[in-house]
Amino acid sequence: MRTLPVGDDALLVEVASGEEAQALHAELLRRRAEGTLRAREIVPAARTVLLDGLDDRDRWTAELASSGVPGTPARARELIELPVRYDGPDLAEVAAHWRVTEREAARIHAGTEFTVAFCGFAPGFGYLTGLPARYHVPRRATPRTAVPAGAVALAGPYTGVYPRSSPGGWQLIGTTDAVLWDHARVPAALLAPGTRVRFVPAEDA
Amino acid sequence: MTDRAFVVVRAGALTTVQDLGRPGHAHLGVPRSGVLDPPAAALVNRLVGNPPGAAVLETTLDGCAVRPRSAVTVAVGGAPCPVRVGGRPAAWGAPVVVPAGELLEVGAATAGVRSYVAVSGGIAVEPVLGSRATDLLSGLGPAPLTDGTVLPLGAPAGPPARVDGTPQPRPPAELVLRVTPGPRADWFTAQAVRDLGTRAYRVSAASNRIGLRTEGPALERARTGELPSEGMVLGAVQVPPDGRPVVFLADHPTTGGYPVIAVVRSADLPAAAQALPGTPLRFVPVRRR
Repeated sequence: MRTLPVGDDALLVEVASGEEAQALHAELLRRRAEGTLRAREIVPAARTVLLDGLDDRDRWTAELASSGVPGTPARARELIELPVRYDGPDLAEVAAHWRVTEREAARIHAGTEFTVAFCGFAPGFGYLTGLPARYHVPRRATPRTAVPAGAVALAGPYTGVYPRSSPGGWQLIGTTDAVLWDHARVPAALLAPGTRVRFVPAEDA
Repeated sequence: MTDRAFVVVRAGALTTVQDLGRPGHAHLGVPRSGVLDPPAAALVNRLVGNPPGAAVLETTLDGCAVRPRSAVTVAVGGAPCPVRVGGRPAAWGAPVVVPAGELLEVGAATAGVRSYVAVSGGIAVEPVLGSRATDLLSGLGPAPLTDGTVLPLGAPAGPPARVDGTPQPRPPAELVLRVTPGPRADWFTAQAVRDLGTRAYRVSAASNRIGLRTEGPALERARTGELPSEGMVLGAVQVPPDGRPVVFLADHPTTGGYPVIAVVRSADLPAAAQALPGTPLRFVPVRRR
């Protein structure tokens, strides 16, 4: 674990893997909930957790350096099921990349339990991990200027669902009617870091 | 229907509703947003008797014009500009009463970029995640003003400040941004780190509420490859593949994959918000506190 000071009052904590980042994030949230950590933002990402608006950076730099990465947290987080139709325009390409049929590609994706590693890009957009490395796919060479809301997509190690229409370079494999983001709802984001996710094919739902 | 409202007569190039933003949701991909020049917004709010978090209008270069349906007290600050009420010149940087139905004209900035218009009671559009700010990156909050938009106003919280005028900093002829080393300074050559701290840049016309873009020497990377996405802070100096540093402002993305070479002191960001395209820009390395 490495701590990197950022600006006036932030600390970027770097760890070796996405799993470690998720474990560290869970532990930091626990400490904030119990009142020992005061930070305006705790932002997990691929291999880091950013603590922004820290009240005492020096103390946390020392404490994190000595404490090491916490163990993987118990899988107590809520499981969200997202209904999906595997009808994306890039499904055939993804299946070819995986060297399976489209039907089998859908089965593999729906058979995976994902975890929201972190959010970003747009409110409510989660970067979901869980697919084994052999199923990682590159981004499209040319991004689309408009990806529809509800598109289920793959890029690198991640699966994501576009909360609203936007440009995007991910491979589109399906569609969900789930509302990923609704600022009038509490909570506004269906997916938050740590949430477990399963995609349930519409005909099975 | 309340008669406490502004009717937008001239929206201007880009006028948005802003307050102190919505910090605390970055882990959901929600930018902080909020006024780009917080001291200027705090001052105009104080002038009309509002708390610091009341929502104001933030204009861009060419001002705006609004007509209140009932008498209100307003104050215009930030970028200096002519102010007119019912066609007659009125004070900038001081509380001004606008009678019901009269036109408040906020003219083009004579210096700087963003003027702020506070109104007694604040702009009272429906908050989103606790804030009324327009976030141009994610589309949260009210849309930018258009001609004919009706903006509800809140009830006045207190009496206007009894001051005739207040000194406000002039927008900079040269923008000097103090920077501390960024978390990924080691992704750049030693020469690039020196260049950032010594070479002359200019503020690019492509700047917006998301970031202050720059023109000047491209900064060369010592490492190739992609940086895994990581959390970004306000004031981060991110370097995209073209090598020209971008300073993240209020609507910046919460995570990003381009390396951050330096971070601007937050006290210097209000000046960045007021720097016109073409303004000479220097980054000055300082020690981390």
